[in-house]
Amino acid sequence: MSGMIRVVLAALVAAVVAGTALAETMKLAVTTSFENSGLAGVLLPEIAADLGIEVQLLVVGTGQAIRLGAAGDVDAILVHARAAEEDFVASGDGAHRTEIMYNDFVLIGPGDDPAGIAGAGTADAALTAIAASRAPFASRGDDSGTHKKELALWEAAGIGPEARDVGWYKETGSGMGATLNTAAGLGAYVMSDRASWLNFGNKGDLVLLFAGDPALFNQYAYLPVNPAKHPHVKAEAATAVEDWLISDRARALIDGYRLGGEQLFTFNAARE
Amino acid sequence: MNEIWQGLIEAGRLIATLDADLIEISLRSLQVTVTAVLIASAIGIPFGAWLAVKRFRHRRAAIALLNALMGLPPVAVGLFVYMLLSRSGPFGVFGLLFTPAAMIVAQVFILTPLVASLAHQSMRELWADYHDLLISLGATRRQRIAAIVRDGRRALLTAALAGFGRGIGEVGAIMIVGGNIDHATRVLTTAIALETGKGNFALALGLGFVLIGLAISVNWLVHTLSRTEGGARW
Amino acid sequence: MVDASILPLVVSAARVRRDGRDIIGPLDAELAAEGTTLVIGPNGAGKTTFLRMLHGLERLSGGTLRWQALEREVRRRQAFVFQSPVMMRRSVLENAAYPLILRGRTRRQAREAAAGWLARIGLAEAAERPAHVLSGGERQKLALARALVTEPDLLILDEPCASLDGRATREIEALLVAARAAGTRVVMSTHDMGQARRLASDVLFLHRGTIREAGPAEAFFEQPQTPEARAFLRGDIVE
Repeated sequence: MSGMIRVVLAALVAAVVAGTALAETMKLAVTTSFENSGLAGVLLPEIAADLGIEVQLLVVGTGQAIRLGAAGDVDAILVHARAAEEDFVASGDGAHRTEIMYNDFVLIGPGDDPAGIAGAGTADAALTAIAASRAPFASRGDDSGTHKKELALWEAAGIGPEARDVGWYKETGSGMGATLNTAAGLGAYVMSDRASWLNFGNKGDLVLLFAGDPALFNQYAYLPVNPAKHPHVKAEAATAVEDWLISDRARALIDGYRLGGEQLFTFNAARE
Repeated sequence: MNEIWQGLIEAGRLIATLDADLIEISLRSLQVTVTAVLIASAIGIPFGAWLAVKRFRHRRAAIALLNALMGLPPVAVGLFVYMLLSRSGPFGVFGLLFTPAAMIVAQVFILTPLVASLAHQSMRELWADYHDLLISLGATRRQRIAAIVRDGRRALLTAALAGFGRGIGEVGAIMIVGGNIDHATRVLTTAIALETGKGNFALALGLGFVLIGLAISVNWLVHTLSRTEGGARW
Repeated sequence: MVDASILPLVVSAARVRRDGRDIIGPLDAELAAEGTTLVIGPNGAGKTTFLRMLHGLERLSGGTLRWQALEREVRRRQAFVFQSPVMMRRSVLENAAYPLILRGRTRRQAREAAAGWLARIGLAEAAERPAHVLSGGERQKLALARALVTEPDLLILDEPCASLDGRATREIEALLVAARAAGTRVVMSTHDMGQARRLASDVLFLHRGTIREAGPAEAFFEQPQTPEARAFLRGDIVE
C-alpha cells in the first residue's frame, strides 16, 4: 500500500518541481490596487523577456509591503503612500524612491445616488454631500495606501474622525475587492482605485459617480530595498527592473494599457 | 442560486479544458499539503502512540495541551512562522519565506497537533486492548509503540486524512508565509481568496468545487490503495 | 531446555495492594521445578492477581519473589495466557509469530516456528485469516500457541477454559499435557474441579488473598486439611 502511495507522490512532486524552474527571480511587494489593474500581467512577461528576470509579486497592503521591505523579505516594493515611502527611505531600509506612474481614485456608489455626488464639482464637495446625507460609506479601514488617501480626503473636506460615526461609515478592515463586495452588499459609497473598480466582477447596483479631481490622483513609486542594510537582497535585479520601469519601453506599455477601453495609468517616471 | 450554477459551470469548464493554471495550482496544493501531512504524521503518529503508552507525571496536562493546540488559529501560526522565517527572524538566512517550503512548515505546525491528537485517541484504545499482552511478552517501549502503530494503521490513516482535509482547505497561514505569488506559491485556497477579492465569484466558486473534488479524490485514492474499505479487514 | 530452569520459585511474604486494600498476602509459596499446579479457590480469592503477580504484571507492595535467574531472564522464559485472550489485529500466523519477533528472530524463522504450532493446534488452515474472526475456542488455542512458541520454562494460565465448550476444553487440556511432557512447568487457575483433578500434580488453595492449603493434588482432593477447603470442595459457598 505505502509503496504505491510513495510512487504516486514522487510523480506528483516531480511534476510540480519540473514546472517551477526558471532563471533569476526577484520578489516585489505590490499593492492590491496595482495587481488588480492587470498591468502586471502586461509588464512582467516583458521584463522576463527583456531582462531574463522573473519578478514574483507579493500582493499585500501598503503597510505590509513596507514591513516586508523593512524586514528584507522582498527585494523591492511598488506602492503609493508618499509619507510612508519617505519614512522607509529615511530609516535606511529603502535605497531610494523612484516615481513611476500615477493612476486615479474614483468614487463609486449606488445607481440612485442618494447623496447626489454625481454632479459635485470637487472631491471635497462629493464627500461633504455623502457625510451630510449620512448615506452608508464603506472604507478599507486597513491602513493601506488607498485607506490613507481616503482619510486624507476626509480631513481635507473638514470631516474629522468623530463626524464619521459607525451609523453610516463602515470600516471593513479588508482589501479593495472585499470592500467593494461589502459596498455592493450594503448599497454603500466607496472610494476605489479605478483599476480595481474596472476589474471588479460583482458590481451589482454600483456605478462610478465621481472622478477627475486632481486631488484623487495616485502616485506610484518603486523603492528597492537597501542592500547596505539587507545584504542578501538581489540588488542587481532590483536595479535592472528599476531601469526598465523608467525606460521608454515601459512608458509605451504603461500609457498604452487599456482596461475596458480606458487608460488607467499615466507614466511620469523621474528618478529623484 | 444563479451564481452557484455559474460556479459549477466554471469548475466544469476549468477541468474540461485542463486549464494549465488550474493544474499548476492544484498540483502545488497537493505538493504542499501532502508533504506537510507526511511530515506531520512522521512526528505526530509516534508521538501520539508514545503518549498512549508512556505514563508520566504531567501526562494529562500534555494531552489537554495537545488537544488545545488542535484549535490553533492558522493565521496566528502563519504569522509566527512568518516571523521565524523572515530575513530579520532567527531562520531568515535560509531564505525560505514566500516559498512552498515555508507553506509546508506552517502546515506542519497546524497539522501535527491534529494528527498527534487523533493518533493518540485511537492508540489509547488499542493500547488498553494490548497492554497486558505486550507487557507479558516483554515488549520494550519501542516495540510496544511499533506494535500499536502497525496494528492501528487504519485508524492512523484516518488521522492522516483528517490532517490532509484540514491542510488542503487551509488559507490563513499559507497566505501569510507563501504570499500567493503567481507561479510560485499560489495554491487553490489562496487563488479562491484572490478571485473572491476581485469579485469573480463564479471563478472563485469553481475553484472551490475543484478543491472539494480534489479532497474527495485523494481520500478515495488512499482508501482504495490501502484496500481498507473493500477488504474491510479490521 | 539446555539452560538451568528459572524454577524453583520461592515467594516470601508477598503482598499486592490496590486501592488501599491488600488483594494478596502476605503470602508464602514455593513452586517446584516440575509438575502442573492448579490454583483454585472461591471467586474473589485473588487467583488472577496471584498469577499476574507471579508473572510480574502486578507490582509487589511487600515481600519478594526469588527465582533462579535474573529478572530479565525470568520474564523471557515464562508466558501467560489470559482468561479472555488478546487477539492482535493481525493474521493468525502473525499473532503466533509475534513473540519470536520480539525476541529478535527473523521474520522467516518466526513464521516457520509459528506455522509449526498452528499445525499442532489445528489452525493451519486459518493461518492467513485475521485473528479476531476466530471462535472463542480457536482464540484460546491460538493464545496458547503464542505462549508456547517461545518454549517457556513456565506457562501460567488464568482460567483458560472458563468460557469454552467441552470439545475446546479437551483440546486445550491435551495441549497442556503435551507441553508438560515436553518439560514446561504449568501453573493455572480454574473453576472446574474436574479439570483440576484431571490436570493437577499439586494444588494451591487460595482464600482471601492467602494460601490456605498447598500440597499434592491427590492428598488435597482426598483429604483437605482446612475447613474452607473442605467446604469449597463440597460445593458450599465460601466467603
